[in-house]
Amino acid sequence: MKTFHIGGVHPAENKLSAAEPIRVAGLPKQAVFSMFQHIGAPAVPVVKKGDEVKVGTLLGEAGKGLSVPVFSSVSGKVSKVDAVLDSSGTRRMAVVVDVEGDEWEERIDRSDKLVTMKDLGGITAEEVVNRIKAAGIVGMGGATFPTGVKLMPPPGTKAEAIIVNAVECEPYLTADHRLMLEKPEQILVGIQLIKHAVNCPKAYIGIEMNKPDAIKLLTNLLKEKAAQYPGIEVVPLKVKYPQGGEKQLIDAVIGRQVPAPPALPINVGAIVQNVGTVYAIYEAVTKNKPLIERIITVTGKSVKQPSNFLARIGTSMQQLIDEAGGLPEDTGKIIGGGPMMGRALMSLEVPVTKGSSGLLLMTEKESRRGEVSPCIRCAKCVSACPMGLEPYLLASYTRLKDWDGCEKNDVTSCIECGSCAFTCPSNRPLLDNIRVAKQTVMGIIKARHMESIAKK
Amino acid sequence: MNVILIAVIVLGSIGLVAALILFLAAKKFAVHEDERIGQVAEVLPQANCGGCGFPGCSGFAGACVKAADKGSLDGLLCPVGGQPVMEKVADILGMKAEASAPKVAVVRCNGTCESRPRIAEFDGAQSCRVQNMLGSGETACAFGCLGCGDCVAACQFDAIHMNPETGLPEVDEEKCTACGACSKACPRGVIEIRLKGLKNRRVVVLCNNKDKGAQTRKACSVGCIACQKCVKVCKFEAITVDANLAYIDAEKCKLCRKCEEECPQNAIHAFNFPPRKPKVENVEPAKEQEA
Repeated sequence: MKTFHIGGVHPAENKLSAAEPIRVAGLPKQAVFSMFQHIGAPAVPVVKKGDEVKVGTLLGEAGKGLSVPVFSSVSGKVSKVDAVLDSSGTRRMAVVVDVEGDEWEERIDRSDKLVTMKDLGGITAEEVVNRIKAAGIVGMGGATFPTGVKLMPPPGTKAEAIIVNAVECEPYLTADHRLMLEKPEQILVGIQLIKHAVNCPKAYIGIEMNKPDAIKLLTNLLKEKAAQYPGIEVVPLKVKYPQGGEKQLIDAVIGRQVPAPPALPINVGAIVQNVGTVYAIYEAVTKNKPLIERIITVTGKSVKQPSNFLARIGTSMQQLIDEAGGLPEDTGKIIGGGPMMGRALMSLEVPVTKGSSGLLLMTEKESRRGEVSPCIRCAKCVSACPMGLEPYLLASYTRLKDWDGCEKNDVTSCIECGSCAFTCPSNRPLLDNIRVAKQTVMGIIKARHMESIAKK
Repeated sequence: MNVILIAVIVLGSIGLVAALILFLAAKKFAVHEDERIGQVAEVLPQANCGGCGFPGCSGFAGACVKAADKGSLDGLLCPVGGQPVMEKVADILGMKAEASAPKVAVVRCNGTCESRPRIAEFDGAQSCRVQNMLGSGETACAFGCLGCGDCVAACQFDAIHMNPETGLPEVDEEKCTACGACSKACPRGVIEIRLKGLKNRRVVVLCNNKDKGAQTRKACSVGCIACQKCVKVCKFEAITVDANLAYIDAEKCKLCRKCEEECPQNAIHAFNFPPRKPKVENVEPAKEQEA
């Protein structure tokens, strides 16, 4: 069984909502659209207070450089354009819409009918990428990197393999799993669109073995319609965290290693797309539908009804929790995302964003970190690190503010998966410290870069 | 006998040749250091705190000598030694030291446990920098003190300590040298290096919150809400409100303390003034004048 070769851990899976079909969440009364839903420059609001908007109306256009537009997922009136608390824990620019009715922009095709490549006729690769860009699609696994940019390989590189990330290695989360079970053929068309866009003949779907039904369904579908969907292969993977990391997945599926930054996956010929992103690409290209809703898992051990919701972006987390049976009394921590990489939320008013893959309600007992004790040099973190780093060393360098030491030991390669802190028997907050170092060193590298440009 | 003699001669000649080489090398590669650098470094406090902006005291001494050769010591100040040390340095270099006002670190946050309710609990690494990356911290104020004590750890002079009752750092003015290490360590820029003021008296806005007034009020009961009252009451145009936060220019402030009385949030504090006995008398004539 294939898997990545360095490190990795095995957290308890807890996929409580795996058997729950996707439910459509109710329309919110008020929707909040953050302009910071992606990596890169924030979107720039183009509406003002009092404007009428429909589902699919542009709210914020892409900023300069790396950025994507933001669309309304509801119809109604803009009640304010102001700084609002978002999942980052700080107030940032957002558009707030008071919902009235549910009127959609006419260009969006709302039918469920499957549109195949044949129906699209001779659509050009350029047109596919343009539609993806115009729909504001970002990586929906959580990293929220603008997808359009990923599908334009820089000169000198060539895509040799599309890898669809259907690993969902985070415990608890089942959004991608359910999507594969319920929209398999749409995903296959989406993959064809990506293949077409970057002119790459081969695509792989990486799925972990804990989703046997999804593996079976997609494998059978590909066997049945081999002529219609050529060059796509399902790759079952051994269950191991963080297999869903881009570099780990490339290693697991095609056995290539991405060098340290600034190298990108495309430098080894790979483009990785999350399965949720693939579905969004299908909807954007065939149905003209911008990224306005996503599947989000609401789960936790004491949640009455762990569920997978198809929620409009901008819906408040509070509403989703209410629909899942209300906030359990023994909740100790509410995490946006999965338990390994997600971050605790300060408030339930926080809206669903393009990158919200899950909402985990941890019980009081689970949410406590253990008492920190001194490092015993067991090197468990070293064996766990999927990037081959030495977390204990990086954490020490951070404490000593030795940024050179951090840089020499490749702190910028850290993918912040949290395996080190998860495995530490002394409960040391390794990732907390390494994140500080990573941020600082990236700042230093950037400053150096700017300086060298200025000198030239 | 012969063997001993040979050994002595051989070793002796090797020694001589080596000494000669060392002598020549020392001459050829001798580093000519300006002796003034050593002299200047000697009068510096040797705390190597970096508060002057140079790497350690010898770095600062080098910079002083260079600046003296150019003709002016402007902009160079050892915050630890202050004026007396700068005068000594100037003496050595045959210059005149510019008079510089002493400074002190001021923690611009008064959000104690009572005035700023905790809305979350942070159980990660006890470091302000870590906490700052995760949003607004334990309170709803995204600008105030985080209370993990990065500033305390940064201070080399044992001049700043956490007060367990308020959860805020307090500066020991006697010990503080205004080196700025705490100010740099604070990820939110709460600590300001400020003029010590006449008789150590200062009037300061103890708030760093740049949110709008309504939001600030929700987060903290002593936060600046940018109501502009202090700006209006100040006769010396010392107060400005920028990004929803009032700031008192220490150079323009005449220490009249009117703003302190006016502030509805009690965000303005006066340091080291004698207790206010004649308070009632002071206020009344002021009002009459205005009328």
